[in-house]
Amino acid sequence: MPHAGHGADRAADVPVVRLDGVVRHFGGTAALDGISLSVRKGEVVGIIGRSGAGKSTLIRCLNGLERPDRGTIAIEGRDITGLSEAELQPLRRRIGMIFQHFNLLSAKTVAENVMLPLKIEGMSRAERRERAAELLELVGLSAKADAYPSALSGGQKQRVGIARALAARPALLLSDEATSALDPETTASILALLKDINQRLGLTILLVTHEMEVVRGVADRVAVIDAGKIVEDGPVWSVFSAPKAATTRSLLGAIRPDLPPAIVAELAARGERVLGVDLVGPEAATLLAALSIELKAPVRLVHGGIDHIQGQSVGRFFITLPAGAALPQAIAFLTRHGAHVETTGHVPDHV
Amino acid sequence: MSPIMFDLLLRSLWETVLMTLASGIISLVAGLPLGLALVMTGKGGISENLWVNRVLGAVVNGFRSVPFIILLVALIPVTRFIVGSSIGTWAAIVPLSIAATPYYARIAEVSLREVDRGLIEAVRSMGGNRWTIVREVLLPEALPGIVAGFTVTLVTLIGASAMAGAIGAGGLGDLAIRYGYQRFETSVMVAVVVVLIVLVCAIQWIGDRLVDRLDHR
Repeated sequence: MPHAGHGADRAADVPVVRLDGVVRHFGGTAALDGISLSVRKGEVVGIIGRSGAGKSTLIRCLNGLERPDRGTIAIEGRDITGLSEAELQPLRRRIGMIFQHFNLLSAKTVAENVMLPLKIEGMSRAERRERAAELLELVGLSAKADAYPSALSGGQKQRVGIARALAARPALLLSDEATSALDPETTASILALLKDINQRLGLTILLVTHEMEVVRGVADRVAVIDAGKIVEDGPVWSVFSAPKAATTRSLLGAIRPDLPPAIVAELAARGERVLGVDLVGPEAATLLAALSIELKAPVRLVHGGIDHIQGQSVGRFFITLPAGAALPQAIAFLTRHGAHVETTGHVPDHV
Repeated sequence: MSPIMFDLLLRSLWETVLMTLASGIISLVAGLPLGLALVMTGKGGISENLWVNRVLGAVVNGFRSVPFIILLVALIPVTRFIVGSSIGTWAAIVPLSIAATPYYARIAEVSLREVDRGLIEAVRSMGGNRWTIVREVLLPEALPGIVAGFTVTLVTLIGASAMAGAIGAGGLGDLAIRYGYQRFETSVMVAVVVVLIVLVCAIQWIGDRLVDRLDHR
């Protein structure tokens, strides 16, 4: 499929999205409280936060469905905050959007839904047909062109939503909790489709979600938002391996291994000391073996493992040292190999 | 029933059908835009204007609160101006239309208001303007409700047209009152009721089939 975005030949250093000090209040509460963020061309950025953290307001500010009280929002270098509704309309055609509840028009067939943005753009009927067929093939739903959305499954509906969002060849795709209404398997297939589109078309994607799995599956960068502020922003592997903000740690929840309380209690009763070890990189796989050799006795893995995020090995282990091993020696060894070590659990008397 | 009575019954049926369809179509043509205007100017609507909304709402409520038999008499000057006469079947169509328009506007308003706001947002996010939203979202998505509401309006009009006998419009209701009730001809009364039941069932059946075909939700 040809990619003919107007922005393709533009200087790559102009961010597709640039927010500067964006503030939006609803009544007395600040939904957005000074958000600054920029998204480069071709990047997939995940914005994650709890319900009510302001993520939906943020994404809706980007295509002018919501207007900020203060701050600037630039899309492909153009400030949109002062634009009228009529001026925003052509701009919105450069931005596709997909939704949690798909928002497909029930009175139109799948093909008609995909053709609607093109109709708005003023494309001829024959061209619209052709483009819709192309897009439905991209999302693997050519056979359903003449079906009505009510006859589709949730995953198929979101595929139609994606085809529709891509119809007008946008520079940016916004995803508002697009997988939150789907089961895990369907979520994975939708994320794979988004990643594929990002790679094949070089499309910039900004997605908001409350699920770390989504960010992990598709995003290059993640921004964590809490109470209207970005509390953490960085490459996904880095945020996952060393989350700084408490919100991030809590959102990481099940994805980032944490020592189960039952094990903590059991080890405490035995008077054993647990080390929490974080290490990113190929050494993660051999670190425990190397430590065992260094200490001349096997360390015991209590919990944790290695995750692979954006091609990085992100290791997080909870280990106990063999009896009689010197704790400072182990910590020094681990730190020397680039690991971040924290000591948790019970502190036995003999240390 | 005598052949004369049978002819009278047929003529009355035609008068009822004429009054119902003519005022029904007028109320559809006038009431649908009115219902659309109520939804568009209402709170959170795509052309929110609460002042206009309140005025429209007050006019609609005003007409709806006047009993039809009063409206029938009160509108005589208007009817005479439009039709040229204040008596007869065509004369009855004016007050019937004026009564049914705000009634239908409210029914259409309910269907249009029920259209999922997410769909409006989706089309806005594609760069659609108000007119696109009306044409591609509000009207097509509310169409089953708009048709079902029109069926209800037609059936209500059949009932209201019975009162139009008061201004010499004829119709089945008039036949039932003058022959069936005032002249104690039970057979006429029964015949009229049977014809009305068949008429109402037929309209409802057609309406329901149409809604089934239009509804893809």
